[in-house]
Amino acid sequence: MTNNASFLNALTIQRRVLFALLMREVITRFGRDNIGVMWIFIEPMIFTVGVAALWTAAGLSHGSGIPIVAFAITGYSSVLLWRNCASRSIGAIHANINLLYHRNVRVVDVLLTRSILEVAGATMSFVILSTLFIALEWMSPPIDLLKVISGWLMLAWFGTALALLVGAATAYSEVVEKIWVPTTYLLFPLSGAPFMVDWLPVKLQQVVLLLPMVHGVELLREGYFGNTVRSHYDIGYMAFCCIVLTLAGLYLVRDAGRRVEAL
Amino acid sequence: MISVEHVTKTYHTRFGPRVILDDVNLSLAPGRNIGILGRNGAGKSTLIRLISGAEQPTSGRVRRGMSVSWPLAFGGAFQTHLTGLDNLKFICRIHGVDYKPLVSFVEDFTELGVYFREPVMHYSQGMLTRLAFALSMAIEFDCFLIDEAMVVGDARFHERCHVELFQKRKDRAFILVTHDANSIRTYCEDACVLHDGKLIPFPTVDAAYEFYMNIEHTSPVLSEA
Repeated sequence: MTNNASFLNALTIQRRVLFALLMREVITRFGRDNIGVMWIFIEPMIFTVGVAALWTAAGLSHGSGIPIVAFAITGYSSVLLWRNCASRSIGAIHANINLLYHRNVRVVDVLLTRSILEVAGATMSFVILSTLFIALEWMSPPIDLLKVISGWLMLAWFGTALALLVGAATAYSEVVEKIWVPTTYLLFPLSGAPFMVDWLPVKLQQVVLLLPMVHGVELLREGYFGNTVRSHYDIGYMAFCCIVLTLAGLYLVRDAGRRVEAL
Repeated sequence: MISVEHVTKTYHTRFGPRVILDDVNLSLAPGRNIGILGRNGAGKSTLIRLISGAEQPTSGRVRRGMSVSWPLAFGGAFQTHLTGLDNLKFICRIHGVDYKPLVSFVEDFTELGVYFREPVMHYSQGMLTRLAFALSMAIEFDCFLIDEAMVVGDARFHERCHVELFQKRKDRAFILVTHDANSIRTYCEDACVLHDGKLIPFPTVDAAYEFYMNIEHTSPVLSEA
């Protein structure tokens, strides 16, 4: 067998395993009762609508001239996108430990499956909510759709890379899980979702821009609001961070695979 | 051909690393079979998991020149929130096989009745074993790895396993690991003994049996791994 053929072979197996795991996750997580798989986007939609309502009531974009509904939808959707990926990766190995009994099912498949589901859910929620609110004229359509999509994809990459890292790290120590929850809470106010970098003092801007996801949200919002906002982002920097996270994540995943003991 | 080459496996415990398998070598040609005898904690299940690829050796390597089943044991390899049918679908999907023609065989063999469509966590040990056995028969592997699964279950189950594996699939290879020397005598053409981390080959099954009976009564019992 040539290398090329065995690579294609491996790709086929990869595709089969991911599909099998996706079906398994969908059934066990959402069940077959009531609306079933629709929870995948209903759940993030409920979150987003709730937060949008709170932010509107609190007038969070006060004085900036940005329409508050669109500000909340773009902000909270992007938080859900990367945060849910990483949060759902916790416990992924444990929940699937019996399936690792099958040679072709690897730790990386289990983690990727959960990220795919989270990205799909957050994306559907974002698309449905914005379409709905645009139709209701509660928010206007995006100025530059390509920038919105680019920002979204960058955040999805960031979330997936983070999920590999965090998910694999749970194989080493349960402390990871305990630290991750407070970390997400602390990261949320800094994540670029509840503010625009431009509103902050210059000193604080520099600190906040160290966080990769801030760049993604800024790009997304520039795409959405166009010139009404002043964005600060460096996608090269964000891509660099994502590459480092991905490589570190994959390394840890491979090592975690050796440590995990199927029952 | 399956070959296990200089495989060593070490587990980490709170009292430092513990060597479970120490430079183990084994090879199995297509259509042949071998029984591996070992007492509780000797490392039989570990060896089977390494051969299946569910775990990686600490050093050495395992080559699989034919398709090898997952370790057919008491009931691992299931996602317990899924039904028996869902588990069949999962396994068919990862092996790229259509599940529909297999439903009747699995339903028939397992005799699960309505439980076939209930989550596996509600199954009894016997039901789990029957499902595990039926699922691994559903995928046509060249080599089956059997981890004492045949030892549990009632006489009827034994007989049906016997028909499926040793009559209908007598052209296949299998590796049977057990602490029960009699089943090795019944089913296997070759035998080894796993003792103190070493895999000791014997020219005949009877020689392995004798050696095993001897150590079983002389050396102290290891803690269950």
